[in-house]
Amino acid sequence: MTTAATSATRSLPPPSERYTILGWLRKNLFSSLFNTVLTVVAVAFIVFILQSLLRWAFTSAEWGVIPANFNLIMRGRYPAAEAWRLWLVLYLLGGAVGMIWSLTTRQIGTALLVVFVLPFALMLVPFFSWAIRLNLLLVEVIGIGGYALGRYLPIERRGRAIAYLLIGYLILMLVVLRGFGEDANTLPAVPTTLWGGLLLSLLLAFFGIALSFPLGVLLALGRQSQLPAIRIASVIYIEFIRGVPLISLLFMGQVMLQLFLPDGFPTIDRVLRALVAITLFSAAYTAENVRGGLQSVSRGQHEAAQALGLSGYQTTMLIILPQALRAVIPVLVGQFIGLFKDTSLVALVGLFDLLGIARTVLANPDWLGTQQEIYVMVAGLYWIFSYMMSYASRRIEEQLGVGKR
Amino acid sequence: MQDIHARQIRPPFYRDERVLSLLSQIVVLGIVLGLGLFFISNMIDGLSEKHSVAISFDFLRQTAGFDIGESLIDYSRQDTYARAFVVGLLNTFQVAALGIVFATALGVLIGVMRLSPNFLVNRIAAIYIDVFRNIPLLVLLIFWAQAVFLKLPQVREALILPGPIFLSNRGVAVPWGVPTDSWSAYLAVLGAGIALGAGVALVLRERGKRTGRMPFIPLWFLGTVAAVGLVGWLILPQPLTLDRPFLDGFNTKGGQVLSQQFLALLSGLVIYTAAFIAEVVRAGIQAVSKGQREAATAMGLTPTQTLRLIIFPQALRVIIPPLTSQYLNLTKNSSLAIAIGYPDLFAVAGNTILNQTGRAIEVFALIMGTYLSLSLITSLLMNMYNQRIRLVER
Repeated sequence: MTTAATSATRSLPPPSERYTILGWLRKNLFSSLFNTVLTVVAVAFIVFILQSLLRWAFTSAEWGVIPANFNLIMRGRYPAAEAWRLWLVLYLLGGAVGMIWSLTTRQIGTALLVVFVLPFALMLVPFFSWAIRLNLLLVEVIGIGGYALGRYLPIERRGRAIAYLLIGYLILMLVVLRGFGEDANTLPAVPTTLWGGLLLSLLLAFFGIALSFPLGVLLALGRQSQLPAIRIASVIYIEFIRGVPLISLLFMGQVMLQLFLPDGFPTIDRVLRALVAITLFSAAYTAENVRGGLQSVSRGQHEAAQALGLSGYQTTMLIILPQALRAVIPVLVGQFIGLFKDTSLVALVGLFDLLGIARTVLANPDWLGTQQEIYVMVAGLYWIFSYMMSYASRRIEEQLGVGKR
Repeated sequence: MQDIHARQIRPPFYRDERVLSLLSQIVVLGIVLGLGLFFISNMIDGLSEKHSVAISFDFLRQTAGFDIGESLIDYSRQDTYARAFVVGLLNTFQVAALGIVFATALGVLIGVMRLSPNFLVNRIAAIYIDVFRNIPLLVLLIFWAQAVFLKLPQVREALILPGPIFLSNRGVAVPWGVPTDSWSAYLAVLGAGIALGAGVALVLRERGKRTGRMPFIPLWFLGTVAAVGLVGWLILPQPLTLDRPFLDGFNTKGGQVLSQQFLALLSGLVIYTAAFIAEVVRAGIQAVSKGQREAATAMGLTPTQTLRLIIFPQALRVIIPPLTSQYLNLTKNSSLAIAIGYPDLFAVAGNTILNQTGRAIEVFALIMGTYLSLSLITSLLMNMYNQRIRLVER
């Protein structure tokens, strides 16, 4: 009854403004003398930029460098004979994303649709071989299969299901990429020194996010804690890390980590050292962002949970954190984008991520002087992934109705 | 009966909140201290056994023996490591200070453009923000250094902009003022101008408080300083002479040459940070509710007055905290100079000094201590400013 009453009395939205094309132009571009001058200047600016860009892209740029080094850019020196494993990882990714999508579809709707368009869009890249296109198609098919399978997963426990899926995927991916032993028949080991290119950048970002997020949440809870020792330890950690540049932590990891470990301790993998530095760095920033969310949860929520007899652990996990995290989704995604971009810094400590491998291509005498083409492509790749993340975050935010409930 | 009652009041120790909280703190402290001790004892053992060196900062007094490309103070390879460190620190200050000024100017411009009712202007700003926020700064810096400044023509075919400004792959030569004998006198005149401007500002503020009609004080201050400066320039015999660069064989002579490393670092930092500052500014202005603007219009304020007296002071409160963190980011990001060969603090200390002396612990302690104190000082200053302008509540 009440709902019917409210919907009947709810005021209609204002009529949308309708214009003719000329009217629109008049309102948006030529409403005043100043506005007209601005429009003219803007048009001149756009024409100038577009003209120089197009002239460069179609006449002077030598794009041949990219197809010629495509494998290197994608997977570094990961052996070609084992490249099928990367496809396997992508198949699994397709399946996992499909399942997660079908689990969250009611809440998130079409937000992740962009992920499903991606393989098709990639198939259109002109220099791709038919093998690559076929593999991409397979990823798509497996993704849709995962989506169908996800329908049978228990929707009411989807949070847990998604967490298990992601953790399982991370472990499986690591096993497939890393392999077992030196002379194992199935999946021989591929040392991390051979990992590179986009593969390494994405892996560092993926594991960096997966590891720094829980650590950051713990630190944020620690900083809000009533217990002085825990609070002070968290504050010191967070403020120290936030006060120094990431590059100093990365250098420290490469130069000094071994000093801190006992004699005879096995040398730690260089990729792992970089990952540890990125994780420790990012956790401090996650902690500050999550703290913002924790502060936005009203005290009444805490008191109500206690009144209902929930334990401290239950209050945090079931009442406080879900609300706090939802409030800071956009900030967190922004920070994860930052982490992905920051992985490019590992090129400075001698790893061959996307940027590092671009520098090795430029060192090749065949491709001297192609800095503009290479770096434009590298920037473009970073841009696509970062933009996809921010786009998905905006859509999720809209669909979850942050700030409206 | 009495016994049971007492037991209900005091739960067993393993469920007593006071005991538990004490215990958990002791455990956390134990883990933190234990790990710290473990690492430090390993380090001390390793240092004394393998290299038989103790931690000491004495190496800072030794001769550095390496050159630094650009320096704000006199430096030669005979100077000490300590002086080399200071050179790097000053270079970091220089690029960070200039970067903050230019990034703020560009960021505010783009942020305001983003709110423009003009569709094209608005779109240009949106595209700028979307492009540069989603590209790693390091890629931008390297692109700028290697694909732009390095690709400029050789000195003999340098691009010449009016000024003259010579753009070549050795850097950019610009006209530069050279002080003459009367320069110090002129500086004194400028100082007097600033004092006078401050006096005028104080008087105007008092009068504004009394009459309730507050003039735009910064404008009056700057106007006074400029007027005094102009008068001084006309009276004194040429405090500065302009030194114009010119082509001389394979190089430019005269003027001031800004190295391409410096320019690449500065422009990369400015372009990248401006995209973030633009978003901060946009969010701050949008955070001022629409009613404020409408009320100001209803009270008969002109659009400029509305912006200056109503919108801007309120937007500033929202803008200051995130702007602070952008400034801090810019300062810390200037450490990426190492990728393009600009000798900032991190490149000088973390690379050259570390490689020459091998004193990893001392060098990293110096670097991190410096960046940490820079961050803390900046946030302290900005917090003080924030306190001053924040909303005074009853």
